Amino acid sequence: MGMETESQFHVLAVDDSLFDRKMIERLLQKSSCQVTTVDSGSKALEFLGLRVDDEDPNVLSTSPHIHQEVEINLIITDYCMPGMTGYDLLKKVKESAAFKSIPVVIMSSENVPARISRCLEEGAEEFFLKPVKLADLTKLKPHMMKTKLKKESEKSAKEEESEVSKPEIEEEEAVIEILPLHQELESEQLETIVSSSNKRKAMEEVISTDRSRPKYNDITTSV
Amino acid sequence: MNTIVAQLQRQFQGYIVSLYQQGYLDNQFTELRKLQDEGSPDFVAEVVSLFFDDCAKLINDMSTSLERPDHVDFKQVDSGVHQLKGSSSSVGARRVKSVCIAFKECCDVQNREGCLRCLQQVDYEYKMLKTKLQDLFNLEQQILQAGGTIPQVSMN
Repeated sequence: MGMETESQFHVLAVDDSLFDRKMIERLLQKSSCQVTTVDSGSKALEFLGLRVDDEDPNVLSTSPHIHQEVEINLIITDYCMPGMTGYDLLKKVKESAAFKSIPVVIMSSENVPARISRCLEEGAEEFFLKPVKLADLTKLKPHMMKTKLKKESEKSAKEEESEVSKPEIEEEEAVIEILPLHQELESEQLETIVSSSNKRKAMEEVISTDRSRPKYNDITTSV
Repeated sequence: MNTIVAQLQRQFQGYIVSLYQQGYLDNQFTELRKLQDEGSPDFVAEVVSLFFDDCAKLINDMSTSLERPDHVDFKQVDSGVHQLKGSSSSVGARRVKSVCIAFKECCDVQNREGCLRCLQQVDYEYKMLKTKLQDLFNLEQQILQAGGTIPQVSMN
């Protein structure tokens, strides 16, 4: 039982400007993300699998024809776009039961405090001022981690159900105090549990692509 | 052969530093260069080329909008300036961006004459930058062909 092979995050980038799409795509690739770019909010929703009702654009339903095989870990969108703005897109994503857990980041070339707070209030995780820099994208990792960890801890919980002592795998906000004794638990799963603490920094340190972190082979529980 | 590479590298370094010092480029250009690697070796040239194509098109459209004194589409001009400001900012084209800021101000007060002056200036600046960057890219090619690597230049 190992880590999922697709350890890369997949980001959906939305911008009506070809130039900006090329920029954000390269920035994300350089940050080791898989990228899909679209040029409008409606195309973004289509890609996610949300069908926009032609008659009433306020009505969204999950299209029965589109099976979302692609897991999106984050949506990054420009604010100023013709038709559906980034803010409109944010709203639609957060209103959808299926996709509201996907973190959304807004980008804008204009520094308008009212705009920024409106977006954050609506549920945007971050607001980036253009031009976006490589350093800005490091802020995205914690948000994307949350969605991946949630899925992995759900998986681990299901696998452990049949075992004798069930490890307490809490939500990522809770601090894990009891470490399971199981020798069968592989280091990857342990890392998942250890990182499910409320310390973001620890999360980033523990889960790194280069395997320089300590192995938790001999663990004694501390109650 | 090593001396030639070293010579070219020094030339490159000197040239790019002068572009920063003369205000043609700013820190964002440095950021752009960070995005180039073995996987995307032509990224900067591609993006810059896109930018210049954008400049030409936007300037042409704005020129049309400003043509008739009695019938200026300031909304279109504003949109063009906004785009130009955004992309010049992303590329690190400092002088072009500066003109765009002045351009926007003229547009905001619907000053046609001012807009026409800015349009002329932005046209001049982007073309100037285009030739400068072409020279820079040529130097890069010479270094690579001589078997050298392109130096990383950090401007503080």
